Amino acid sequence: MAKTDNRTASILKKHERDLLNEWVAELKQGGSGSDARISEKELFEQASRFLALVQQAAQANGVHDVDGPQWGAVRDFLEEVSRSRVQQGFGSDQTARFIFSFKKPLFARLRTELADDPKALADETWAATELLDRLGMYTVKAFQKTREDVINRQQQEMLELSTPVVKLWEGILALPMIGTLDSARTQVVMESLLQKIVDTGSEIAIIDITGVPTVDTLVAQHLLKTVTAIRLMGADCIISGVRPQIAQTIVHLGVDLQGVTTKASLADALSLALKRSGFVVAKKQS
Amino acid sequence: MDRIPILRMGEFLLVTIQVDMHDRLALTLQDDLTSMIERSGARGVLIDISALEMVDSFIGRMIASISGMSRILDASTVLVGMRPAVAITLVELGLSLEGVQTALDVERGMRKLRGAMAVADADTGEVADGGHQD
Repeated sequence: MAKTDNRTASILKKHERDLLNEWVAELKQGGSGSDARISEKELFEQASRFLALVQQAAQANGVHDVDGPQWGAVRDFLEEVSRSRVQQGFGSDQTARFIFSFKKPLFARLRTELADDPKALADETWAATELLDRLGMYTVKAFQKTREDVINRQQQEMLELSTPVVKLWEGILALPMIGTLDSARTQVVMESLLQKIVDTGSEIAIIDITGVPTVDTLVAQHLLKTVTAIRLMGADCIISGVRPQIAQTIVHLGVDLQGVTTKASLADALSLALKRSGFVVAKKQS
Repeated sequence: MDRIPILRMGEFLLVTIQVDMHDRLALTLQDDLTSMIERSGARGVLIDISALEMVDSFIGRMIASISGMSRILDASTVLVGMRPAVAITLVELGLSLEGVQTALDVERGMRKLRGAMAVADADTGEVADGGHQD
């Protein structure tokens, strides 16, 4: 085995320049090179770094132990490439092609080098294809993981962004809700609103649902829970921003909003809240 | 056995729950409070639960029933200072404490009680019931 391993490594070393040029040509033909998102120079750099790292690892440890510590540098590099591909907006197929398009030039080299030894050629081709498959797989995995990280981060950010509790007036809080309400979000909304009520000693909280696209029984139930919790704390709650369609849906669903003050717009809710807290808003006489 | 103190402030009674409620303590409080209302002729009860960190369904029901009993004894009850976590727990348990009046802190609770008294005094002949039942 060691002999075949070293053969691939030595072929890699011997024809590094040619392989690199052929590979980059192959990549360009595949579409990556003509793409504006990545320059040819960058592509060339990535390819040459990958070749150098693979050659080092293959020489030190053979081509079979891709998960071993010797291949750590190659793996790190592939992760880096995947990450940059995600940021540039490439698809998983284009990212994987980066590795897989190396097969053609490599196999061509193996064929010319080992033309007089068919058995070695078969062995070597198999080893190389296995190696590249595994590296390609690893790249796709890393690509996927980066994408998932991005999604997770965005979800978290959305959760934080979508629950701002704002103080409208002395003793009046407002919570403009954006997006669909599910159990997890209701929990976050409830907690942050209730905590804010305690912190500011506000007696009136306005929940504005203008940004909630649909209200079903579950969402209505979540809203009612929040309203009840606010009442238990000793504050009043007004729901505002009820659109005509939502009012219709709520009645059709048979959701009981008795005892909950609802207003069509945030302005109406604010004026009611001001009235309840004893404030008077008047136009200045000119 | 420890008891929850019931303080008298004019025509109101003030109950501050400073320790974690357990079932026996809640039952004792129920007995003490009802007899105290009867003895003192108090017209309002203020229950401060700002130090209460945990509730279970029993304590939640206890709070509701204590306020119901006070109301029957002609004393309106205001529950003040509930913590967010406690409020969320009660809601999740399905205890919305309908008919119990609430306020953010003792001061506002007192104001609410006084307001209820004034209304009750104005409606002479009416039953002095500060908490309107939904």
